[in-house]
Amino acid sequence: MPVLELLVNGSRHRVETDADESLLTALRDRLDLTGTKYGCGEGQCGACTVLLDGKPVRSCLTPASSTAGKAITTIEGLEEGGRLHPLQEAFIEKDAMQCGYCTPGMIVEAAALLRRTPNPGEAEIARAMEGHVCRCCAYPRIVEAIRAAASNAPKPRPGGGPATRTGA
Amino acid sequence: MSETRLPEGAELEPERYELDDALPYRFAVGRRGFIQLLGGVVVLVAATPGSSQESGRAGRAEGQETDLAAWLHIAEDGSVTVFTGKVEFGQNARTSLAQAVAEELRSPLSTIRLVMGDTDLTPFDMGTFGSRSTPYMAPQLRKAAAVARELLKELAATQWSVEAAALEVEGGEVRHAATSRAAGFGALTKGQKLVRTIAGEVATTPADRWTIAGRSATKVNAREIVTGRHRYTSDLGPGSFAPSQLLQGKVLRPPAMGATLASVEQSSIESLAGAVVVTDGDFVGIAAKSAGEAARALESLKPKWNLTAQPEGRELLDKLRQPPDGPREGRGGGPYVVGSVADARDKAAHKLEATYTVAYIAHVPLEPRAAVAQWKDGRLTVWTGTQRPFGVKSELAEAFHLAEDRVRVIVPDTGSGYGGKHSGECAIEAARLARTAGRPVKVVWTREEEFRWAYFRPAGVIDVKSGTEADGRLVAWEMHNYNSGSSAIRTLYDAAHQHIEFHPGRSPLRQGSYRGLAATANHFARESHMDEIAAAAKLDPLEFRRRNLKEARLRAVLDAAAEKFGWAKAKSGGGLGYGIAGGFEKGSYVSTCAEVRVEPSGAVRVVRLVAAFECGAVVNPDQLRNQIEGSLVMGLGGALFEAVAFDRGVIQNPRLSGYRVPRFSDVPRIEVMLVDRKDLPPAGAGETPIVAVAPAVAGAIFAASGQRLRALPLVPQGMPKAKA
Repeated sequence: MPVLELLVNGSRHRVETDADESLLTALRDRLDLTGTKYGCGEGQCGACTVLLDGKPVRSCLTPASSTAGKAITTIEGLEEGGRLHPLQEAFIEKDAMQCGYCTPGMIVEAAALLRRTPNPGEAEIARAMEGHVCRCCAYPRIVEAIRAAASNAPKPRPGGGPATRTGA
Repeated sequence: MSETRLPEGAELEPERYELDDALPYRFAVGRRGFIQLLGGVVVLVAATPGSSQESGRAGRAEGQETDLAAWLHIAEDGSVTVFTGKVEFGQNARTSLAQAVAEELRSPLSTIRLVMGDTDLTPFDMGTFGSRSTPYMAPQLRKAAAVARELLKELAATQWSVEAAALEVEGGEVRHAATSRAAGFGALTKGQKLVRTIAGEVATTPADRWTIAGRSATKVNAREIVTGRHRYTSDLGPGSFAPSQLLQGKVLRPPAMGATLASVEQSSIESLAGAVVVTDGDFVGIAAKSAGEAARALESLKPKWNLTAQPEGRELLDKLRQPPDGPREGRGGGPYVVGSVADARDKAAHKLEATYTVAYIAHVPLEPRAAVAQWKDGRLTVWTGTQRPFGVKSELAEAFHLAEDRVRVIVPDTGSGYGGKHSGECAIEAARLARTAGRPVKVVWTREEEFRWAYFRPAGVIDVKSGTEADGRLVAWEMHNYNSGSSAIRTLYDAAHQHIEFHPGRSPLRQGSYRGLAATANHFARESHMDEIAAAAKLDPLEFRRRNLKEARLRAVLDAAAEKFGWAKAKSGGGLGYGIAGGFEKGSYVSTCAEVRVEPSGAVRVVRLVAAFECGAVVNPDQLRNQIEGSLVMGLGGALFEAVAFDRGVIQNPRLSGYRVPRFSDVPRIEVMLVDRKDLPPAGAGETPIVAVAPAVAGAIFAASGQRLRALPLVPQGMPKAKA
């Protein structure tokens, strides 16, 4: 069994994995980080989205071995010291979920979007989120929540990084 | 550890679902000892009779304690726990039911805890479907809470020697204003145990005086969801069991439906060191330390199968028109006939007939079927996401020849179902593997397994014949639904002569419940046909409906939606079309208006949907809007492009890349109008809003293009090419 060193939400983990194991399986079954969900196994639903060096990837299609040494951020890593990420606040505030199974993937993708585009319009949001399925079809509220988070987020400081933490 | 078990007496029946027959024996089960253990105040609510409901499978109330609907417990520390057999699948029952209790107990929402869908702890419940949590369970809980509140007042009155009438309950306390005394619920119980059972009517707070219920409330476990901390069944893992104990299971699937296992090469089984292999009748499964290991071991097996003849995909409509094998009793319910359709049509000025079809569609719950099973001291516990915890408990008891009280099913809040999770296949699979493994086993279906081995919303063929007078008065209405179901098959339009009938069909695929059931199919046919008559008679679709509709609640939503939409001024043309449809189901009423753009390329886009919805008194307006919006968008999938393709027992598009579901870019502008009838009891709301979407869109496509599409999905590949 290959042993990998994974950097997840700022902590280093030595993980024994199967050969060809996906990052999704390593996170869920080895590290018990189950906020990242399985939905389709073919990169079509977005439920398994995590950030790899700040960029959203489908962890079901990402071999765990390819992520060694990179910063992995999962939904569990967005909360800071008990303070929710503005997107997490906004999803609660706008009731942008029904069963909630797609919610972590949506929030992680949106975190990357807001980092790239701090104040996206509805069309930009729909484009960025198109790879995510909410089978309960709470789409209008998810768009609303992302817009709310964008306008609530503290403005980036001049010359500084984004004020909202979107990557490890 | 390696074990091979060849078929033994105990036979698994993983396909036992959708059976209409009852168990041969019905054994009584004693009152659960659990209630005896509770101290403090316990209020038991007796079930009301006659609550039979539509299910994916005949209800198995037998052998269960069906005399109670719910119970409520106030512990000595003042904590309030409500026990209900309902489950949370995204329809927000956990929050809305807690609101109902908080209202009557005059307590903050955060102090109410719900235990849901645990067959050891909660009363028997048929299942969470049919939009019944709000109209039926909420009033029961309301009653329990009202009785508990009055009981607490009596306790305080005795302890303080004051009149109970002089007491108020507020903020989770009983208060006596004159003497400024106040006490929490727990303190008042003083370690006594008080049990009350209520069977009759109990005065509860009328809807117009609600302060907690009937208002928007944040989902009680929203924080767990957005942080990824909530554990769905598929997330139960080492954190929930002793580390290194839990095994993951995979089950061998046949190459096609109807195939049975001929043999599995013995040598291929024995080589799988480290895995637990179970072969038992047609069941072959493997449990291993990781799902990957189990899957690889499964792939190394060399099974041989006996295939059976299965219909070709193109035979579908013929098969649906054929009666099913086996007894027909209890199915279909017979025709509804008034007057003579044939005579009335002979005399009618306009006669029309048309056939409408709907495809099989898949529920695609984003969390696939999942179960974790554990055997301990001859008792089986299964955590699984099912809408019928007690039904699945019965399935497990039957599959393993156990007494019902040896089985416990626990349903964690689940990643959606829409009627697609009534059955216990996955629970049985995990339990079978766990029994041999002697350790807990988790089975999570892949998306492909969901598409291939779950069940579908039925496909259907619907024939409609009508007769209309020259003045636009509908006089004859005949409708035959083959296979898809009888929900909302009756028309609310006035027609003096009617013949309406559901005919069970010979479904080539496994089929079951779906959000709104057959109401979507029946509304598509009925409302599309109403549109066709209106077009033939050169009448406005809304005006034609109004001329033939006395039902006030349906008229009200049609008018409300039309007004909000601007129907009177909406003139189709230039590729834009407008459609309207109305409907009813589960005691609630909906009307949907659609604006659709048909591009010269044939691409179809729904630009705007306006829905007016009336379900009696509104319990939680924001959550209701969320349900309606979700229902409308979900309805667009089945209306426009969702369809399961099959051929000779094999699903042809068993992946999300081959089965299109609505996405962000498919979402139109949506406006929802709630018609709040505080004078009426709340009715079911999670399903009805879906029923008028397809006919409204079909009407709008006709208005934009002149093409009448009579098959759902309407435009899986854009507008169909005009026939030569």
